Amino acid sequence: MGNTINAVIKKYNGDETRLMDILLDIQTELGYISDWTIEQISKALDIPAVEIIQTLSFYHFFHREPKGKYTIYLNDSVVSNFNGKDEVKKAFEEEAGIKFGQVTPDGLIGLFETSCIGMSDQEPAALINEQPFPSLTPEKAKKIIRMMKDGKSIEDIKGNKYGEGNNSHYLMRSLVNNNIQERGPVIFSDYTPGEAIKKIVKELSSTDIIEEIKKSYLRGRGGAGFPTGLKWEIARKAQGDIKYIFCNADEGEPGTFKDRVILTELPKLVFEGMVIAGYAVGAKYGILYLRNEYRYMRDYLEHVLQEMRDDGLLGKFIGGKKGFDFDIRIQCGAGAYVCGEESALIESAEGKRGEPRDRPPFPVESGYLNKPTVVNNVETFCTAVKIILYGSEWYNRMGTKESRGTKVLSVSGDCERPGIYEVEWGFSVNDILRKAGAKTHEILAVQVGGPSGSCISEKEFGRVLAYEDLATGGSLIIIGKKRNLIKDVVLNFQHFFMEESCGSCVPCRVLTVVYKKIIEKIVRGEGKSSDIENLQKWSVYMKNNRCGLGQTATNPTITAIKNFKYLFDESVKNNSESFNTSFNEDEAVKEYIEIFNKK
Amino acid sequence: MTKKKKIIATASLAGCFGCHMSFLDIDERILNLIELVEFNKSPINDIKKFTKHCDIGIIEGGCCNDENVHVLKEFRKNCDILISLGECAIMGGLPAMRNGIPLKECLEEAYINGPTVKDVNPQKIIPFDPDIPKILNKVYPCHEIVKIDYFLPGCPPRADLIWNALYALVTGNELLIPYEVFKYD
Repeated sequence: MGNTINAVIKKYNGDETRLMDILLDIQTELGYISDWTIEQISKALDIPAVEIIQTLSFYHFFHREPKGKYTIYLNDSVVSNFNGKDEVKKAFEEEAGIKFGQVTPDGLIGLFETSCIGMSDQEPAALINEQPFPSLTPEKAKKIIRMMKDGKSIEDIKGNKYGEGNNSHYLMRSLVNNNIQERGPVIFSDYTPGEAIKKIVKELSSTDIIEEIKKSYLRGRGGAGFPTGLKWEIARKAQGDIKYIFCNADEGEPGTFKDRVILTELPKLVFEGMVIAGYAVGAKYGILYLRNEYRYMRDYLEHVLQEMRDDGLLGKFIGGKKGFDFDIRIQCGAGAYVCGEESALIESAEGKRGEPRDRPPFPVESGYLNKPTVVNNVETFCTAVKIILYGSEWYNRMGTKESRGTKVLSVSGDCERPGIYEVEWGFSVNDILRKAGAKTHEILAVQVGGPSGSCISEKEFGRVLAYEDLATGGSLIIIGKKRNLIKDVVLNFQHFFMEESCGSCVPCRVLTVVYKKIIEKIVRGEGKSSDIENLQKWSVYMKNNRCGLGQTATNPTITAIKNFKYLFDESVKNNSESFNTSFNEDEAVKEYIEIFNKK
Repeated sequence: MTKKKKIIATASLAGCFGCHMSFLDIDERILNLIELVEFNKSPINDIKKFTKHCDIGIIEGGCCNDENVHVLKEFRKNCDILISLGECAIMGGLPAMRNGIPLKECLEEAYINGPTVKDVNPQKIIPFDPDIPKILNKVYPCHEIVKIDYFLPGCPPRADLIWNALYALVTGNELLIPYEVFKYD
């Protein structure tokens, strides 16, 4: 054990900022991080044990005790629940003979739930020892457990019905499907790796690139929509000998899975975008921050990086140009939604808890290791490559005035064709529903932009996807009329935010719990109309949170109340305002009476 | 012309009467108060039952037994405005320290195993009788049982805070809470 630990630490040169990698590698080897292991790491890195524990305890895929030889993480997302998660959960429990949250006494199987793993188009899905198992059924679940009991390897349990495209690559061998339903003219159009790099080497300076990106009005595709050209320009002008380019592939917003598909099918496009950004900004190092849920892609992505190095598209003298050096490493996360926030992502990549930083300074001035750092979304980098290849004029012909180009949408929920749609900005929600084969008259609501976005009703299905109207990071969850919106959607999302709040800011830490409890109360039929008023009123305090994720953590509730007030009113209408329906006197004295009845 | 006096009721549930004592600490201002209000059900005048509908009900203590619940609900029915006075009414306070311990253990500690009782209760009797209130599974703050309109914090709340709040409520003037009245260190 000691040898394993020392070998891992040596691999990362005893660098404490690589603590995430160290812990992930050790956990892969040893199964979990024991107190003894923490002590060893603490000695070897010469940092206090508590620093290791604070990182360790932040991420839900790190374990401090054994979680089973096979660890099953069943997805608890909204769409997973729509598609029969409860039955699958029951099947796992029955076959394994334990409840979720437990490990079998022989230490073979551990059952756990997890937040959205980015498979909303093929739910219910689970991660088993980091391998995704999409489209589960109770029968499959039982079979999986039986195979585990027979001692089969994960590869055996997976079988060989791999997904389409690169999912079947020998280094990935994943059961995941891409479900690309519509290929648009920017991301999913023809692409030859290295063309853009050749072009910049030949004819473009760093300022030319930034000018071209600025002229394209490209805005960040992660959701916030910051102008990419401006971000690159600030980073270029920022003081600093070393600069970094980060690609944010911590796609944690429930219902979003586009980055998974892009990374599967077009990793070179993503990496080439990072190289171009590096050239424009003057950075020589790039980091792909890959969420732990997508760690199954890592070997494949490492292989792609090596291919690019071999082709002279990465490493030293890129495109044969002296001084054009850029290389990329992959940083895996360990399960934390908040790491999608850029400063939290940087903290995490430095081996710390993924808590957002105070700003200013912004990452472009002082980011990773306090050096100027550009953080962009996967899709943003891809788009930048195409803009460099075909020009901003070409790009500006697509989309709307404020939103140029295309957007890759992750569509899931109650529709016939869930999956990936690359469409020009400016389509209405109705258009997307039609494309996805959702019957408008059967649809109750659409959750646009994930839980932190908004839950819209039929009245707003005519609204247009664009920054000037309905801005979105790209996810649409379609919610049918057969669903109980408050229970199946709002409660699930508030539970998600409660779980995923990093706990730094008081309003986020406290109100996410309060909101979940009140929604539970309403679902139990014990809510009061003043509860609904309070939910609406208190959300203003969320604006005091440090990061954008915390600020929007009550959005599922307030946008649902805004557009579906009647559902909430209906559920509280019979309850007295003066007396709390959730207090049941008979229940409250039951324990006391039982103590004496037993005597 | 005399204005109609506001009617006040008070009760101490699972509290220590400390909040009521603090109320009495308004000292000579009680004479001003009596000009403004009339007391109905309250330990201050020993009226046991509501004889009329009240404007303001002041509750000290949370609910630890079913009788507390009944009294609290009666207050809610008979008062337009209910105030939770002090830590116990607002959050359960000291009595709520038992909330993390199973009820059976609490009773056994209190009547059988505790150092002050273990030698004097050889029959190991825990009181249980239809005539005594039934203990709740945990101590509840008042607002978990009925709607509470105002909360006056403190353990106890200062007399000045109680006075200022009541005076403002009765006269309709603005509530003054200078720092000295609202600090707890």
